[in-house]
Amino acid sequence: MEPLAIPLGHFLSVAAVLFTLGVLGIFLNRKNVIVILMSVELMLLAVNLNLVAFSAHLGDMVGQVFAMFVLTVAAAEAAIGLAILVAHFRNRGTVAVEDISLMKG
Amino acid sequence: MVEFPDINPAIAELWLALAAMALLLVGVLRGDSATRSVLWLGVLTLAVAAWLVWSNTDVSAVTFSGMYVADHFGAFAKVLILVGSALTMILSMDFLEKERVGRPEFPVLVIFASLGMMVMVAANDLLSLYVGLELQSLSLYVLATFQRDSEKSTESGLKYFVLGALASGILLYGATLVYGFTGTTSFTGIAGALASSEEQSVGILFGLAFVTAGLAFKVAAVPFHMWTPDVYEGAPTPVTAFFSLAPKVAALALFMRVMLGPFGGISDDWVGIIGLLSATSMVLGAFAAIGQRNIKRLMAYSSIGHVGYALMGLAASSPGGVRGTLVYLAIYVAMNLGAWGVILSMRRLDGGMVENVEDLAGMARSRPLLAAAMAIFLFSLAGVPPLAGFFGKFYVFFAAIDAELYLLAVIGVLATVVGSYYYLRIVQVMYFDEPAPSFVAPAGTTGAVVAVAAVFTLFFFLFPAPFVAEANLAALALFP
Repeated sequence: MEPLAIPLGHFLSVAAVLFTLGVLGIFLNRKNVIVILMSVELMLLAVNLNLVAFSAHLGDMVGQVFAMFVLTVAAAEAAIGLAILVAHFRNRGTVAVEDISLMKG
Repeated sequence: MVEFPDINPAIAELWLALAAMALLLVGVLRGDSATRSVLWLGVLTLAVAAWLVWSNTDVSAVTFSGMYVADHFGAFAKVLILVGSALTMILSMDFLEKERVGRPEFPVLVIFASLGMMVMVAANDLLSLYVGLELQSLSLYVLATFQRDSEKSTESGLKYFVLGALASGILLYGATLVYGFTGTTSFTGIAGALASSEEQSVGILFGLAFVTAGLAFKVAAVPFHMWTPDVYEGAPTPVTAFFSLAPKVAALALFMRVMLGPFGGISDDWVGIIGLLSATSMVLGAFAAIGQRNIKRLMAYSSIGHVGYALMGLAASSPGGVRGTLVYLAIYVAMNLGAWGVILSMRRLDGGMVENVEDLAGMARSRPLLAAAMAIFLFSLAGVPPLAGFFGKFYVFFAAIDAELYLLAVIGVLATVVGSYYYLRIVQVMYFDEPAPSFVAPAGTTGAVVAVAAVFTLFFFLFPAPFVAEANLAALALFP
């Protein structure tokens, strides 16, 4: 049976929406730093969706290899981000975004 | 069967990776008592890597299936990165000891960051670019948080992490669009794909815009600079010094390689954007620094301004422009290194570090040599002839004029005039204000680095030729 083909544009649109949500999540979020970490992950997943869709469309493996690298680096990034957040929480006792304001100007 | 790649062109990177892991083992087995020896071994490691790069400058090769390129441009930037990292490591020794944050992870992280930077400037593929950039960034996030009991340090690390991750995400999104619309991630392949089509698709231009924005974040060019002052103020001072040296060189070299390599054929599409980034950075760097009391914050705005001048050479998109930027970066590393050495010597007799401009008051009387060195660096940062900083600006301004970017050059000169004000204000505070309490004598290691940087800055005008010739060869490597 012929597989149901979803055109490339649909994948790119979903990825673009996810990416925008991730960026907005970082800028509009006023509550919790953990939400920011989740938004960063959302951006990277949008990127991965793009890569895999392009890879399938072009019939080129590089995109999928790239996606594996992005996944790996995203894991390392999340680990380091959470470690920094724990260090911050130990000092300040809060993970609220509005409290990250010792320095400004 | 895949052929084993030729590892010779990447011998310095391999050495750095293996040595860093060995030093990490030493640090883990011997504990915090090994910090000083690991620091010196780290300096030695970086020096050996610099020698390995320097003795292979003639090698011009592409290896690892086209992922990695070794050329004169990369060699110039790598030597600059390695020397900058090694000297900042020497600068940090005294601070780590006196603030009791000396842990052997510090030199290991600096080496891993330097390794990431070397991969960045040697990247010949979007994939190696991304991996190098992340290796550098992840090490730098941890370094910013290194003083983990300090509220300011962890806050600076958190801010740096969030905005750095955002920048990586934007860059990566652009990279996927470029990959999708050209069908390849290799820089050579992208350049070929762009050259073969007359009209560029919107997808490629979107990708280019995202990649540019991501790189502008990493070099802290206006309007993507907002993280810089906070991160610079909060991070431990030697880490701030490190941030403003080697990573700047690496990010700007990467910026030049990406713009002139894969996107060199469509330079009409990006020259205007780079010119705008350059002009706004110069102007904001000059005006925003005026009101700053904290010297680390002031240096952050100063570094934003200097990135603007360095980008002017890229906006010219000519061999002369790249040469100008490379010379500028080398001189910037020397004078900034010295200035940070002096800032790291701002320690009161009771042992506390201070970091406000007025704390420097009357330093000319209590520490005349240190004050004289700081005056040299500040005059050089302002671009007063015959100090080194003047030559840096001279080459980029002339490249901009050659490329008929008259408006950009005029904005640059005006920003220099405004910028001189806040540099010279510090000189005035040091020489003419009522003395504040004296500082302790600088540590021998710090003093030595400051002296070397001062001699270079002061006497650069006697020997610019070999230096500029080297930068010229490096620049020509980007224009085959």
